[in-house]
Amino acid sequence: MTTQPRAFDAIVIGGGPAGLMAAVAVRRQGGTVALVDENPAAGGQVYRAPPSGFAPEAAPSPEQAHGDRLRALLADSGAVTLLAHMVWNVGPGFRVDTIGKDGPSALTAAKLIVATGTSERVVPFPGWTLPGVIGLAAATVMLKSQRMLPGRATLVAGCGPLLVAVAAGIVKSGGQVVAVVDTAGRGDWATCVPALLSRPDLLARGARWLASIRAAGVPMLSRHALRAVRADGDRLEVDIGPVGADGAPEGSAELRFSADCVTVGHGLTPASDVSRVLRARHCYDAARGGWIAVTDDSGRTTIPGLYVTGDGGGIAGAAAAEHHGELTALAALHDLGRLPAADFLRQSAAARKRHDKARRFGGAMAGLMAIRPAQVAAIPEDTIVCRCEDVTRAEIERAIEEGAREVNQVKAWTRCGMGPCQGRTCADVVGELVARRVGGREAAGYFTGRLPLRPVSLEAITGDYDYSDIPIPKAAPL
Amino acid sequence: MSSDTSFDNSSGRNPRPDLRIAPHARGAAIEFRFDGRAVAAYEGESVACALFAAGIRTLRASPRAESARGMFCLMGSCQECVVWADGRRVPACQELARAGLDVRTGTIAAAP
Repeated sequence: MTTQPRAFDAIVIGGGPAGLMAAVAVRRQGGTVALVDENPAAGGQVYRAPPSGFAPEAAPSPEQAHGDRLRALLADSGAVTLLAHMVWNVGPGFRVDTIGKDGPSALTAAKLIVATGTSERVVPFPGWTLPGVIGLAAATVMLKSQRMLPGRATLVAGCGPLLVAVAAGIVKSGGQVVAVVDTAGRGDWATCVPALLSRPDLLARGARWLASIRAAGVPMLSRHALRAVRADGDRLEVDIGPVGADGAPEGSAELRFSADCVTVGHGLTPASDVSRVLRARHCYDAARGGWIAVTDDSGRTTIPGLYVTGDGGGIAGAAAAEHHGELTALAALHDLGRLPAADFLRQSAAARKRHDKARRFGGAMAGLMAIRPAQVAAIPEDTIVCRCEDVTRAEIERAIEEGAREVNQVKAWTRCGMGPCQGRTCADVVGELVARRVGGREAAGYFTGRLPLRPVSLEAITGDYDYSDIPIPKAAPL
Repeated sequence: MSSDTSFDNSSGRNPRPDLRIAPHARGAAIEFRFDGRAVAAYEGESVACALFAAGIRTLRASPRAESARGMFCLMGSCQECVVWADGRRVPACQELARAGLDVRTGTIAAAP
C-alpha cells in the first residue's frame, strides 16, 4: 500500500537544465528537495545522457560535456532524485504522486517547481500519421542518444535550428539526407543574426553544419514545405511545394522525393500540463511558444508556492533555462524564509544577468519556431489533427460551425484532445483553428488541465499490497 | 565519419542494412520478442528504437480509423508507440529493451 508521503522543502518536476539547477540551488542554501524525471538520467532533451551500457563517445559534443557537468553537480548536491519516475498526479498543498520501478510513491512540499520543458509542434499534413514519419526532436534522440540514423534515406523538413542540426547529424553519421525542406526563407534566418552573435560558438557551429550539408550535395529548399506523404511499400513518397513568407502554400506541389523516413517539426511549445491542472492563470504568447503560466521574472505563478521555470514557462533555450532554474529556486527559498532579502537580491541579480544574456540566442531561435497561423489555416479538410482520436480538420470546423466557441467545447463534442496524449500533440494547432473563427487565441482558450498527467493503470497506482494493509473499520455493535 | 564500416547506409546494397551508427560501442547484444518474432537489440536501446532499426515501424492501430501508427515524438509525450511489454501497457520509447522481453502490438483491449 502507498506509504506516508515524504516531505521536502521543494519538489522539482523535470530534470532538464532548469529543474536540475533549481534543485542544486535549493540544496546550496540547505533546503531539502526532491527532483523527479521520467528519464533514467537527468539532463533533459538538449543535455540528454547516453544510454547506460553504451561506450562514451571519443569526442563528446559540447552538449554531452555540459550535461555531464550538470549531472555531476546534481549528484554532489544531496538532492533526492527520483529518476525513471513518472508523475501522474499533482495536488494543491503540494502533493506529487509518482510511479517508478518500485511502484507508487508520494511526495509533499510547500514549494512546487515545475520544469517540464517543451514538446514538439508538428502542423498536420496528409500522411503525418504514417509509421516512418517522426518528429525532428525524435530524430535528435535517435542520433544523439540512441546513435541510430532515422532512416537510410531521410527527408528533413520543418523549421528552426533542429532542421540543420538533424540534417548535419545524419550526414556526419554516414546517412543520406534526401532533402532539407525549410519553411523559413534565407531572409528569416538573416534577421536573427544580430541576436545569434551573442553566441559566436553556436553560430560558428551552425555555419559548419550548413557547410557539411551542402558539401554532401543535399538539396536545400527554402520557403518550401511538405504537402503530403504517402506510403509506397516500405518507402515514403513525399510531395513538396513552395510556401509564402507566412507559411501558406503557394501554387501546386512541384517536387517529389522518395525516402524511407521523414522527420518533421514546426517548433516547440511549452509543456504547461502541471500549472493548468493546478489552475494557475495562463496567457498566450506566440513568440515564447504558446500558452504559458503567468509568472514574474523569477517564475512565481498566480498560485502561492507554485513556480514554473525554464522553457516550460516560455521558450528561451537550454542555456537560459539553467540560469532561470537558479533564479526560481532563489525566489522559492526566499519565499520559504530560508534566504534573507539582501542575499536574495544579490544572488538573483547575478543569476538574472546571466539569464538575460543567454536568452537572446534562444529567443531568436524561438522566433523562427513560432506557429505560423497561415500554415495552420491551410491544413486540408480531411487531414487528421488529433492523432489519438482520429479527429479531422473538417470535424473540428463542423463543431465550431455548430457553436463551439472555445477548445474545451470542441474537445467535448469531437473527442479532439481527449485521448491518451491529453492534447499535448494537437492543442496548439486546435487552438489556432478555433482562434481563426472566434477572434484570437485568448478567446479560443486552452485545454483544461486534467489528471492523470500520463496514462496509468489502476494496478500501477495501487502497487503491491496485502489485504491486511487495508484498513477495515470495526463493525458497528448490533 | 563516425559510422561503422561493416555496412553502408546510403546505398541499400548491404545485405543486413542497419540504422545503428556504431554497433561496436553499444551495450551487450540481446534479443527480445515482438508478437513472437525475435528482435535483435543492444542493452541501452529503447524498445521503440530497436524495433525501428529492425524495420518494424507499425506498433499499433489508431482506435477509430484503425490506421497504422508507430513511434512519433520519442519522448513519452504523444503515446503513439504504446505497446504491451510483459503484460504492461507502456510507451515503447520509454521502455528499455531487455533480454526476453515479450513485446506485443498495442491494443485497446486488455493484454493479448
